[in-house]
Amino acid sequence: MALSPVLLPRLLPPQTGYRLAGRGLWTSPHLFTVSGDSQLLPLPGQARVVICGGGIVGTSVAYHLAKLGWTDIVLLEQGRLGAGTTRLCAGIVSVAKPISIECKMANYSNTLYEQLEGETGVKTGYVKTGSLCLAQNQDRFISLKRLASRLNIYDCFFVMPEYRKLNLHIFMHFLLSLYFILFLALSHLPSLFLPCSYSGVQILERTTVQQVLVEKGHVMAVETDRGSIECEYFVNCAGQWAYELGQASEMKVSVPLHGCEHFYLLTKPLQEAVPPSTPVVIDMDGRIYARQWHGGFLSGGFEKNPKPIFTEGRNQLEIQNMQEDWDHFEPMLTSLLRRMPSLESAEIHQLVNCPESFTPDMRCLMGETPGVSGYYVLAGMNSSGLAFAGGAGKYLAEWMTYGYPTANVWPLDVKRFGNLQSSRTFLRHRVMEVMPLLYELKVPRWDFQTGRQLRTSPLYDRLDTQGARWMEKHGFERPKYFVPPGKDLLSLDQSKTFYKPDWFDIVGAEVKCCKEAVCVIDMSSFTKFELTSTGDQALELLQHLCANDLDVPVGHIIHTGMLNERGGYENDCSVVRLSKNSFFIVSPTDQQVHCWSWIKKHMPSDPHLHLEDVSWKYTALNLIGPRAMDVLAELSYVSMTPDHFPSMFCKEMSVGYANGIRVMSMTHTGEPGFMLYIPIEYALHVYNEVMSVGQKYGIRNAGYYALRSLRIEKFFAFWGQDLDAFTTPLECGREFRVKFDKDTDFLGREALLQQRQDGVTRRFVMLVLEDHDTELDLWPWWGEPIYRNGQLAGTTTSSAYSYTLERHVCLGFVSPPPGPEGLPTPITPDFINRGDYEVDIAGQRYPAKAKLYPFSSLFTQQKRRKDDLELSNLQGK
Amino acid sequence: MLGRTGSVGLLCRFSSTSPPPEISRLHYPASSGSRKEVRQLSPAQVNQKLKANEYSHTIPRGSASHGVLGFHSNMLPSNQPGEDRRSSATFLPGHGGLMFGVFDGHAGPFCAHAVSQRLFYYMAVAMLPLRTLSELERAVEEERPVPPLLEWHKHPQDHSDTDGGEASAYSLRNYWQERLEEEEEEEEEDDSRVSSALVSAFRRLDYDLSVEAQVYLSRRTDLHGEAVSQSSPLRVVLSGCTACVAYISGGTIRLANLGDSRAVLGVQDANGRWSALSLTNDHNAQNPDELQRILGEHPPSEQRTVIRHERLLGQLLPFRAFGDVRFKWSVEMLNRVYETRHDILSALGEALRTPPPHYLTPPYLSAQPEVTWHRITPADKFLVLATDGLWEVMHRQMVIQLVAQQLTGLQQQRPIIPGTGMTLGGLQHLLLERKGRALSELEDQNAATHLLRHALGDDGYGAVAPNRLAKMLSLPTDLARRYRDDITITVIYLNEPNM
Repeated sequence: MALSPVLLPRLLPPQTGYRLAGRGLWTSPHLFTVSGDSQLLPLPGQARVVICGGGIVGTSVAYHLAKLGWTDIVLLEQGRLGAGTTRLCAGIVSVAKPISIECKMANYSNTLYEQLEGETGVKTGYVKTGSLCLAQNQDRFISLKRLASRLNIYDCFFVMPEYRKLNLHIFMHFLLSLYFILFLALSHLPSLFLPCSYSGVQILERTTVQQVLVEKGHVMAVETDRGSIECEYFVNCAGQWAYELGQASEMKVSVPLHGCEHFYLLTKPLQEAVPPSTPVVIDMDGRIYARQWHGGFLSGGFEKNPKPIFTEGRNQLEIQNMQEDWDHFEPMLTSLLRRMPSLESAEIHQLVNCPESFTPDMRCLMGETPGVSGYYVLAGMNSSGLAFAGGAGKYLAEWMTYGYPTANVWPLDVKRFGNLQSSRTFLRHRVMEVMPLLYELKVPRWDFQTGRQLRTSPLYDRLDTQGARWMEKHGFERPKYFVPPGKDLLSLDQSKTFYKPDWFDIVGAEVKCCKEAVCVIDMSSFTKFELTSTGDQALELLQHLCANDLDVPVGHIIHTGMLNERGGYENDCSVVRLSKNSFFIVSPTDQQVHCWSWIKKHMPSDPHLHLEDVSWKYTALNLIGPRAMDVLAELSYVSMTPDHFPSMFCKEMSVGYANGIRVMSMTHTGEPGFMLYIPIEYALHVYNEVMSVGQKYGIRNAGYYALRSLRIEKFFAFWGQDLDAFTTPLECGREFRVKFDKDTDFLGREALLQQRQDGVTRRFVMLVLEDHDTELDLWPWWGEPIYRNGQLAGTTTSSAYSYTLERHVCLGFVSPPPGPEGLPTPITPDFINRGDYEVDIAGQRYPAKAKLYPFSSLFTQQKRRKDDLELSNLQGK
Repeated sequence: MLGRTGSVGLLCRFSSTSPPPEISRLHYPASSGSRKEVRQLSPAQVNQKLKANEYSHTIPRGSASHGVLGFHSNMLPSNQPGEDRRSSATFLPGHGGLMFGVFDGHAGPFCAHAVSQRLFYYMAVAMLPLRTLSELERAVEEERPVPPLLEWHKHPQDHSDTDGGEASAYSLRNYWQERLEEEEEEEEEDDSRVSSALVSAFRRLDYDLSVEAQVYLSRRTDLHGEAVSQSSPLRVVLSGCTACVAYISGGTIRLANLGDSRAVLGVQDANGRWSALSLTNDHNAQNPDELQRILGEHPPSEQRTVIRHERLLGQLLPFRAFGDVRFKWSVEMLNRVYETRHDILSALGEALRTPPPHYLTPPYLSAQPEVTWHRITPADKFLVLATDGLWEVMHRQMVIQLVAQQLTGLQQQRPIIPGTGMTLGGLQHLLLERKGRALSELEDQNAATHLLRHALGDDGYGAVAPNRLAKMLSLPTDLARRYRDDITITVIYLNEPNM
């Protein structure tokens, strides 16, 4: 039964302004139960989609599904619609987000909310106000300038005058962007979506989801306190409770988020009422934000010492104790009064305690869960629920409709996490770092400090005592670089800068050693799968999944993408043919969950075809450098010269006393050398042998920063950084890794053939910065705008300093301006070769030389297999 | 208040006369009138004085921490100089462990000082497997550097003079050489072995202190006029000290106690309630078992003289102690001291210049520690070691409660609920004031300091009266001893509390 329009007004909260729920959210639930409304709608026996959660996120998903033509949608809410975090959110939509997909979502939400008021007639109090972002120090100022440059905000300006009302005394700059919107009548928002979509959406309040029933890995039904509903799809939009709900499923679903209390203050109207158009003030150094509210102010913040909540799940004690905590709020109040002393005489209306959910990396959780098909998640908004809900709802609806969203949502994909991020202790500790981090200054290459040392290589202690400094990826500790003995450790660890970092010379020395002698990098974090079969099922599957030809002689290593139907990279990996019917697949670290589910999704259920995750079984050492072959030759009594061991080959051999080491002639950097995949119990032995034999060849430890410099100067793209599901091999010059010439059909072939015919409209390029002073200028990071002949042409995706070229190298995508009808224009070599390129770093543009091919001089002459030598040829396309 | 009924006289370890008339301890020291004016310390000076000996150390997580998260320690002297000492160290070899001790000296700091420096080495030697000892011996023999046994966690002010180091190193080496000669390697380290090792270490140290003094006495009788060194072996044994030592290893706390310092465990039950669990027994007249033991060790004829006024031979409060050879040596030996070493005697208090009365069947005093052990459970949150200076002014339940409050931050006042019409400025003012007040409590990041503040400044209702605290700390040296004893506290954290 669809919700009739007649019933609708009753479900809407009263329209007379903002009604507050007494002290805190949970202490007075009676406010939510409207008398005379005790009749519950009957529960349907089945539906196509069941959405759990009637906050802004859940309703947005329902709205967008209905818009895409879905019917038979049931939305369940345990309390009242929009009564949770949504009800108490501060009502600010900011589109100045740190990553582009978030900007896209916020921009869309923004447009949507603006339209909806007209579409539905529900007054939202939507006001475009703009914002004032304050910087109290030079580094914050740089980060704001970087933001402005990245968002391409032309109508922003920086001023340094006295601004009386804002008592800025330390260092002041304003970034004024007309990009913030307020909602006054917040409580109307969830219902805002509904009138447009009621034809297909049925809303049931006061219905609690107890568990999700799963059969054969697919969602079957949802069990509620009022009976069960059979369904094909389930969407977990349960906000705070999404983790618990995930655990309550028959097959546990990991939704890594954790709640923290969040406080904001409401004042009574000031004597001289604050006009609604007053910009939102954001003082990140003071950890506060403030907006106009009913003639007064609303001000909250992200404190240094957040109060995590609901660690053990829904807890009555905590709900009761969740009161206004003025003592806790004092630093933010002090910060506010320092900024706006005139507020001292303002009267207090209330302190609102509104718990928000946070995720381990400050990004929301979206998409289909890896283990259960038909089970979708959209939660963990990190206190930007209002800004993201519109866009996120749209992308999730698209995902459910087409099988993929229309933009690259990988940074938000729930599959970037796995069970390993599901520990409650981990989440509790991590969100206590994440919440303050929202307003903390983030410099290039910052790392999380909590939840560390979860996954480590068996060599961790050995490397640590030798001065390794660590970074974390997917829970795995990886060495960044090695501090030589005698260096001042403390200052090195604490340095935060947008300029030349302190480790510059340390990494330089490691790079030099890679070029001239030999270095060891522990690269054990890589995701490693083994695919085996009795017949040629394994080969067949890989030929279907991979763009490159896997029907190669045993021992060959093939670099290949796994593409989706649109020709975009779902994964970029190296595949080794271990034997006729078994393959070793090495993928990026954070692909562990995603790649697994991608392969599983396309794998026929054949008992003779077996996929195993062997990531934990092997320690991987990368021996980079011209002397790597001498070290290995000495340890194995086998000649390792290119004549005997050509590039891109894999042999099982002995190293030292250890037998069965997979030695591969590849280094992920374009330098000569070998990757050793060592069964973990041999790891220490092999490492010790390599280090002691390597002494005379000048061996040393190196880390990922050296690796990064080496691969970027050679124009190597990395999945997750440069490549994503919306990038095709043709766009990044990897046509030579696509088996067009073979008749084998593979995923994405059609799309690539079409693209080959139409021409690509964006191209991965390498930009070598010229006239950039490494010592004095700001360093590029990623996300910097690229200009061609003064026009915005693209964005960088990664960058590094090349110690060989003595220049910064940025990688990124450029595309020509759209044609007269707004259609994308195919790119020509001339567009790349005949243009004046510039990279904009925090508003300062640096000329850059754009290149389609790497510097061949950087590649040491190696005997390579013939097919690997060919580089893509853009001419004539 | 519990534990507050004692008399001033009881505060003194030594008493050659009967206790003086009782003065209520709650009676404030007079600071005006005919007495000479005592300037009261300012709040800043109060804090300075309270925190002068503050020390805390966090043990890095890992197997070497033995489950100990860290510890807080502090001491406040009332004697001039203070007679209490403390030690904490990580025992490095083998499985290792952590050692903590508080030592309450009397008749001077000399014995407490020597014991605080040497006891842990004796414990180490007593516990080390023989093969490690023989490696040690070889290293010393070949004059190779010896691998460190202990990593000390010391306050910079904790005395660490090396005076007399040579003799003590010699004694220590003797100890392990004897172990190497006499013992056979046992298969496994078990509970009883560790316990007997602790007992052996205590007894051996006391024996060595005594022997060193006798050697000193026999050698130097001719050297008249020589300045009497602080650590002169004779001064060490003419003074004495109690010891309460915790050795934490492999999830077990072992306590070796000698005298009337105490170890109390703070335990939090599933409902978050706190309770105090004593892990040691006092060795004094309040302990019936001790009374029985002492009386049993001497002939019935001495029944009425062994313990008088709850003191050993009417003089000594603790019934077990290091040093104090005046209660251990033979009469002949003591007489030799009294006859030959006027130089030393003149530096001693009146009471010490003669043997105790009714000194008939020595020894009266033993250095045999009582060893107890406790397996750490998740409910055990912290362990408080303190000298009797704390316990006589504060009940153990109160001690545990205070540390627990400080740990869980419960000392915050009731939540504030601003009234209508309150302005942001007004509220901020109020909040800052509350914060200031909370800070003065919280100022003591160090739980031991927190306890000290309460022990001295308690207003009788569980809060600190700043005025009382200031007065207690402003007492002139000669008076201070009458109102407070030296206090030494070490709080060892074992588990995070449940919030």
